[in-house]
Parts: sequence; structure tokens; C-alpha cells
Amino acid sequence: MSDFPRWKYALVVIVLALGLLYALPNVFRPQPAVQISANRGATIDTALQKKVESTLDQDKIPYQDVAIEGDRLLARFANTDVQLRASDALRLALGDNYTVALNLASTVPHWLEAIGAHAMPLGLDLQGGVHFLMQVDQNAVLQKQQQRYLDDIRSLLREKNIHYDAVSPSGQGVQVVLRSAADRDEAAKIINADSPDLVLTDITTPGGAPALQANIKPEKITELAQDTIRQNVTTLRNRVNALGVSEPLIQQQGDSRIVVELPGVQDTAAAKKILGATATLEYHANDPNVNPIEAEKTGNVPPDDRLYHDKDGRPLVLKKKVIVSGDELVDASQSYDQQTGTPDVDVTLNSAGARKMLDFTTQNVGKPMAVVYVDRVPETKVVDGKEVRSFKTTEEVINNATIQGVFGKRFQTTGLSQEEAQTLAVLLRSGSLAAPTDIVEQRVIGPSLGQDNIQKGERAVVLGLLLVLAAAAIYYKLFGLVADIALFFNLVILIAVMSAIGVTLTMPGIAGIVLTLGMSIDANVLICERVREELRNGSTPLAAIRAGYEKAWSTILDANVTHLLAALGLMTLGSGAIKGFGVTLFIGILTSLFTSVTVTHAITAAIHGGRKLKTLSV
Amino acid sequence: MEIFDPHSNINFLGLRKVSVAISALLIVLSILAITVRGLNYGLDFTGGVLVQVSYQKPVDVGEVRDALAASGFGDAVVQSLGGTRDISIRLQPKADPAAVVDGEVKPDRVAADVLKSLQARRTDAQLSGPPDFVGPQVGAELRNSGIIAVIVVIVGIMIYLGLRFEKRFAVAALASEVHDTLITVGIIAAVQREFDMTVLASVLAVVGYSINDKVVVFDRVRELFRATRKAEPIDILNRAVNSTLSRTIITSLFTGITMAALYLFGGSAVHGFAITMLIGILVGTLSSIFFACPILLWLGVSKKDLMPVTRENPELARRP
Repeated sequence: MSDFPRWKYALVVIVLALGLLYALPNVFRPQPAVQISANRGATIDTALQKKVESTLDQDKIPYQDVAIEGDRLLARFANTDVQLRASDALRLALGDNYTVALNLASTVPHWLEAIGAHAMPLGLDLQGGVHFLMQVDQNAVLQKQQQRYLDDIRSLLREKNIHYDAVSPSGQGVQVVLRSAADRDEAAKIINADSPDLVLTDITTPGGAPALQANIKPEKITELAQDTIRQNVTTLRNRVNALGVSEPLIQQQGDSRIVVELPGVQDTAAAKKILGATATLEYHANDPNVNPIEAEKTGNVPPDDRLYHDKDGRPLVLKKKVIVSGDELVDASQSYDQQTGTPDVDVTLNSAGARKMLDFTTQNVGKPMAVVYVDRVPETKVVDGKEVRSFKTTEEVINNATIQGVFGKRFQTTGLSQEEAQTLAVLLRSGSLAAPTDIVEQRVIGPSLGQDNIQKGERAVVLGLLLVLAAAAIYYKLFGLVADIALFFNLVILIAVMSAIGVTLTMPGIAGIVLTLGMSIDANVLICERVREELRNGSTPLAAIRAGYEKAWSTILDANVTHLLAALGLMTLGSGAIKGFGVTLFIGILTSLFTSVTVTHAITAAIHGGRKLKTLSV
Repeated sequence: MEIFDPHSNINFLGLRKVSVAISALLIVLSILAITVRGLNYGLDFTGGVLVQVSYQKPVDVGEVRDALAASGFGDAVVQSLGGTRDISIRLQPKADPAAVVDGEVKPDRVAADVLKSLQARRTDAQLSGPPDFVGPQVGAELRNSGIIAVIVVIVGIMIYLGLRFEKRFAVAALASEVHDTLITVGIIAAVQREFDMTVLASVLAVVGYSINDKVVVFDRVRELFRATRKAEPIDILNRAVNSTLSRTIITSLFTGITMAALYLFGGSAVHGFAITMLIGILVGTLSSIFFACPILLWLGVSKKDLMPVTRENPELARRP
């Protein structure tokens, strides 16, 4: 039949082939594995591989393979029970220098991975793990800013000798009660110059005194809120990475929530400890009289000093005395040097911190000063049958810079690359402004439940598909069989697209797949019914096919566009389960438009084209 | 194979007073069910307590569920934590009024209740960690975003139909949409099925399914109006419903088959989803046949409302 152009055949064949190729990785089941990565100083090499093998042999843990893959070592096991035993044994044997984590190793052949074909990642409900939803206390952020302006304004007024009766938090900012209207004007002028982020309005207190209401600009509050959540996400990611969970999901949800999903983890208590850790910052002076490398080798550190390390493991000897700590830091942001245009980090201290910093820098120009990031994770140990609470502290020098001049409240850290400056700003903020986070939802999904869900989901998809295939073949005969081929390819292409763009497969997603299969047959029902109608009206078979496809197309388009709008709503407005379902539905509608119309048309044209037909099997 | 008489000419529109009266009654009953009986919100929406329990000897999830049901915690979500001895239980503290003090849930009290009811059946049950409260505010936000989703989707679809068809079609679609969604949710409220996240997702899918179904009928209405010289709207509407009848029912059956498969084989995680979808498919199919077109008729749809679009088609304009 000539009304189906050759390039469309080519398109159909290419799309179907690509669909098969990119859906293929999902056939290869991931295998339980233990992933070993090196911490500072340690290396991944064949010696480590030998050690892992001998440890497993010693404990009589059967393994399938131990191999170095990139910068990590992977040991593969037959099932999750063996995997758990192995991870415990290896954690004990390798100590603190290595991070041992549960992992699911891909078994997809390399040639498939080389062309970018991956299996769909599985959601927690299919894989097992823990799920937390954390709420960031934005109120605490606002309060902290209020306190900052409270301190600032007080010291500013004192400095300029303006008498005030009270400075107190109020609404979205601070209220300043002054003694005269003239004082108020003067105060407004200097506050405005000092803190451009405040909006000042003249008010009168109920008692009749002149006062100023200084509100933090809404843009500033929004910016702070966004910064807070971003730095909380970063801090959580760092901690979870330290925990060694592979493929964790740490994601902002809405304005003030963070989703944390840790596949493979079953111990909620341990995970909560990590998530509930607190970070802080300390500024320390370097001790120029001690050689850090020597000190590390000999262990000789003067009593007033301590040995620290930076993220590359280089030693530094710092004075124990803290110059300024994180709670005295009110803001840190990445910006650019006004003269040179190079990236830097702007740091703002509160008045107490500013005074200490001024004292210190006056005496120490030209000497280096280091920032130490301290992470404290609460731990509970049982000692003599009693629970003892303690903290596991990790300290790391995140920056060590030379003091260029005397400064107090505001200063810049320069000499950083763009990326370094950004990281430092985030770390500084997370060590100072970190808003308290509460866990508002938690869920544990056992690995066997995940297995069970996968099996049931697969069975539902396969049986749902088979039933519809049978029904269509019985009701529409040859046209039904053609629709069946299209429906099968719809499933294949849907899975291929979901895999290619990396949609995480969940139970609601599977429900979406089954629903898509049921509904995508609708286009074929429309076409077949139209073809039957045309035949009934006396059209010849070939004309009936042509008219059937033509007339059905406008209906199919309208029906699918409206349906697509519905799926779009689910996808963009929903969250969690609803979103996963919406994404599946959206992709499914698009793929079904192609398979139910273009693919069936191609096959129908190939079967009936160029033949003299008396009847149609529809 | 054909089930439906291709030349059927059932006077569906003739039944419109009866059919719309039934629909109106069902809508009223649904609103009553939703407002008076209320939806049986699941843990996703209400929040509750998470209790983890471990047994010394292997235990079956069903056994735990039975033990809890015996003490009135029939709604508890019981899951195995892998292996056969560790169980996670999420529940609302409905059965024990003392577990909620001044609107605040006491997780320890709920955990003690749970343990008591489990130990009544098996003495080797032990709590394996401190109980946790799961916050409800998460659900409130999701519920609101769900409602916003429904409104945005319906408005978007109305705008599309208003542009592609005509405003009366958009209004009729809106009416049927509200009809289908309300009755589906009403039935869930009436039988007190748990309303959780997957059911909400399913209700939103019903919105999509239902509009899909109406558009097919409306499309035929438009086509018949344009193709017929002189015809009474009531005849056109009747012919449109009759000629799409076979498609309406066959598609519903096919989609219904897959949802039945999902219900039977997909496991408890998708039961709510499949059931809601099956209800929605039934309601949506019936409203496509008995509800949407009468509304269109009452709104006074006529041939001339649909004609301006054809003027854009030069081929048709050239015809005498």
C-alpha cells in the first residue's frame, strides 16, 4: 500500500530495535555485593583484594567474585544473607581506613553499558531499605537571623552613641524603641547603611514612644530558607557518604523537607544517629614553631596544640584555643573579589565574634589561620550493662589561609577556585547556621518484602498483558493480533524510555505500567471499530483501512492530549508515589501513541498492501 | 467477533430524565458519604506509630495481623523486615483512647498495647526498638497538593476542550468529571476502604480515564454535527452514543481486565489502587453513556456552534 511511506517503515524498525536494546538491561538482575572504598591514605590494590579474599575464606563465606572496578573493590555474593555476613566480617577486618557498604552490583554486559543502556534503578519498596522524611526548622533560621540583627543594632547604636530604650525581636525582624524622633531618624540612617537587608518603618509603641520596626526583607528570608535546605542536603549527603551506603537518595522536597532513602540499610537507629549529627566550626591559629610532618611522625605535639588533618590527609598543627566558633558566624556566601574578580567567600560574624576576631587579627597579620569543621555523631554504647551516651567526633581542616590585614565583622577568604569557594561557603554555613531537622516520617522496607513486591509486580504485568493480548486477538482477529504486537512493543519501549532517563521503578510505577497497557489498547479499539464501520458502510477493504486510520486519528489525538494533561498534573504536582505513577503514565501515553498508531499502521500496510482483498479480518 | 449490534439505535437520550436523576442521587449520596461517614484515611495521611517487633521463632505476617485485629488494631500495616522473625507494624492509635493525650500520641503506650495483643497469642514477641511517631502533617500537605493537582488538571482539560471543541463541551466534560470523581470517592467512603496515597493516585488516574472516555464520545458528536445537514441535536447525540457504544464498553473491559490482573496478582500494595480504578472505570463508562450527552443537550449544543471551525478548512469551504 503506497499511502504508508518507506521512511516510516525505517523509523518503526529503528525505534523498535532501539527499544529492545535499551530495555534489555532490565533482564539482568543486579547481584548482592559489598563495596569497599578507600578513606584518606588507603589504597585499593591487589593486596587489598587478596586480604578480602582471605578474610572471606577464613570465615567460610562463599563469594562469587572479588574484583577492582574503578576506584572501588566489589565482592559479589549469591544472596543477601551471605552479603550481610560478609559485610560484617569485612568491616571488622579492614578497620577505619576503608568504607564497607552494601551494594547491588550490576550484571549488565559491558557492551550494553558502553552504549548507555542501564537497568531501571529500583525504588525502596522493591529493594528494601530505610526511608526518612526530614523537616528543616525554618523558624529557627529566622530566629537566628533576628538574634543577629538584635546584636548588630545594639552594638551599632552604642557605637554611635544613640540612646535606646529597648531592642527586641518582633514579627519578621526587630523592634527598636528610641527616646526621640530625632534619635529615630539618626538610627534609621545608620542601620540602613549597615544592614541593607532590613526594611525600616517608623512606628509608635503603644506607650507613645518613637520606635523603628526593622523587618528582614522577604527576599532575604526566602534566600536564607533556600540556603538552609541546600546546605542541609549537602551535610546529609556528606554524612551518608561517610556511612558508605551505595546509591543513596537525598533530595529536597517542597520548601522545607528532605527525603533520605538508604537502600540496603535495615537499622533505622544507626541511620538516625548519622542523620541527627550536629556540625560546628572552629577558627584556630597555626602554630608556626612546630613542623606538622615531624609532629605526625613522632607524635610529639606541644600541650597547647593539636594535630589536625585536611581533606587530603595533610597534617597541620593548630593552637587548641578557639578564636571564633560556628555559632558566632552569621553568614557565609560565595562571591567575587571586587578588585580581581576571582572567586572568594564572604564571611560575616556577629558582634561578639567580630570583637574576638579583631583582637586576634590585630596581633597576627601575615600568619595563617585555619578553619576546622567538626561533625559530632551521637553514639550509644553499652558499658557494664549500662547505656552510655557519647559522641563520635570527626574533625577536618577545611581551609587554611594567611591573614592579610586586620578585620572584624566581615572578611573574605580568597585564593580559591570557583568550586572550592562554593564548597567552603556551604561547609561554613552548615557548621554555623544549620537549622535543626526533625524526622517526620520513617519507614523500613525489608529486602524480602522488596523481592516479594518485584515478583508480584512482574506477575501482574505479565498476566495483565497476556489477558489483554488474548482478548484483543479473539475480538478483533488479525487486527487484534497486530494490535497485540504493538502492545508488546509498547511495554518494551516504555521500559526502554524509563530505563534511559533513569526513572526509579516503584510499586505505583508498576501499577502505572499495567494501567498504561490497559489503556493504550484504546487507540486500537478506536481504529478497529472505525475500520468495521467503514466496511459496513460499503467501503473496499483498503479504503476502509485508510479511512479507519484517518478518522480515528483525530479522536485518538484529542483523547490522548487530554489524558496527557492529566498525567502532567500528576507528574508535576504530586510527590512520592503519585509522582512516580504520573511519570510512568505520561511516558506510557506518548509511547502508546507511537506503537498503537504508527506501528500497527506499518504492519497493517505491510500485510494488506498490494493485494486484492475481498474481506478484512477485523 | 462482535458483541454489539452495529446498527443499534437505543434511545439513551430518551432516558435522560431517569439517568440524570440517578446520577444526581448518586452524587448527593456520595457527598453525604464523604461528609458524614468521612474517608477512612490511611497512615499516609493521618500519621501514626511505628513499632518494630521481633519474635524468637519464625512468625507469619498473617498471624501477626490476626493477633492485632483481635485487639481492634485491624487497620495496622504489618510488614516483614526481611527474614521471618522481624516485623514492622505501623498503626493509628484508634483502639486505645488513652494513647492520645491532649491530641498528642504516646508512642510508648501504643507500643505497649501492641505488645500486649501480640503476646496474648505468642509469648515470644518482643519490641526490638523504641517506637516512633510518624507525623501526619506530611499527609495534609500531600492531600492538599493532590486536590490542587485535580483542580489544575480539570481546568487545563477544560481550556483544551474549549479551544478544540466548544465551551459547552468543556462544561459537560467538567460536569462528568466531577460526577465520576465524586461517585468514585463516595463509594470508597461508603464502604470505608482505606484512603491512602495509592488510592489518591488512582482517583487522579480516574480523572484521566474518564476524560479520555468522554472525549471519544464528544469527538463523534462533533463529527456527526458537521457531517449532517439537518438534524435534531437529540438524534445526533443518540447516534454518537450508539456508534461509540461498542468502543466505550470494549475499552473499559480491556482496561478492567488489566486492573483485575493487578488486583489479583499485584499484592496488597496495589489493592487499593486496582479497586479504585475498577470502580472509576465502571462509573466513567456509565457516565459516558448516560450522563455526558444529556448534559450536552441541556446546555443547548447545536450545529452552528461547531461550524466556525470548518471554515478554516479550505477544502470544505469550497464545496457548494
